[in-house]
Amino acid sequence: MRDLRVLEHHHDDDTAMTPPRLIILALSVLMVVGLALAALSFPAGDARLATLAMAALPQSGVLNPVTAVLLNYRGYDTLLEVAVLLLAILGIWAVAPQARIWIRRPDTPVLAAFVQLLLPLMVVVAGYLLWLGADEPGGAFQGGAVLGALGVLWVAAAVWLSNARRGNLLRPLLGIGLAAFITAAVALLLARGSLLEYPSGQAKTIILIIEGAALFSIGATLTLLFVGGFPRRSDAP
Amino acid sequence: MINASVLYALAGVVLFGMGVYAMIAYPHLLRKILGMNVMGVGVFMVFIAISYQGPEQRADPVPHALVITGIVVAVCATGLALALATQLHALTGSARIPADGEE
Repeated sequence: MRDLRVLEHHHDDDTAMTPPRLIILALSVLMVVGLALAALSFPAGDARLATLAMAALPQSGVLNPVTAVLLNYRGYDTLLEVAVLLLAILGIWAVAPQARIWIRRPDTPVLAAFVQLLLPLMVVVAGYLLWLGADEPGGAFQGGAVLGALGVLWVAAAVWLSNARRGNLLRPLLGIGLAAFITAAVALLLARGSLLEYPSGQAKTIILIIEGAALFSIGATLTLLFVGGFPRRSDAP
Repeated sequence: MINASVLYALAGVVLFGMGVYAMIAYPHLLRKILGMNVMGVGVFMVFIAISYQGPEQRADPVPHALVITGIVVAVCATGLALALATQLHALTGSARIPADGEE
């Protein structure tokens, strides 16, 4: 939890309405009017992509069309998205390598005990959302968000492993999603000659393996984005 | 003509415009980052609105998938931008873009 209050300097913050800002405001309003007219003129009922996505659903291995789009039709897109998650963390660690985010143990033991009660429950919910994502709304990103929330609680309660063990645990967690995705892509490229084209019949298995790995990476990434640096506990060596 | 999905899209457009204004008009980086997020939310709302195909049909899954991707990328960009802003503050004592002719 990097303290964002450092950004809050009132003499720095100037929001008075000045003539240049009036011009910006006028231009923004003009842009909104133009965009609104464009939005009103969207062709209604143009659903070629939706029709294609629904028609190919039986071959996609899953019943939830959003998961089919994310992990099958546009798998390449999602592969790069998982890479973006990792890059954001690497970027944060690179921008402020000396930043130590000291986490103080809260004064009360209630939060830590509560987090330990929630831990198994939230892991089960995340896994269920992942499994559900094949057929109903849900998936790796939804499950990962639950794991991220668990991570934030975990950080707030300062329930930490030792500093050394945490680094050893965090790095594989952050990388496993991208690693599984790239492994699947390369294996399919070698076996079938095209990137991320799943063999029919095994699509669901491959999608769930990739999503399962991505789940952990997404959860770890969201937690570390919240922390904003490499976390260390202030009372641990 | 004005139904719920059109209203939703128009609200998204208005949010986008508010984000653009905040991002350009205010020198403080935290306001710019917030403006960027409001712009993003506006775009997501437009995407969700255009994927609606009436009560009988399932919504178009392609914009929905793009919105999920967009949310994740927006969160990552925000985290990185906040780290850059705090680092700028640590190095210069200020987290704002100086105006012309200003040190």
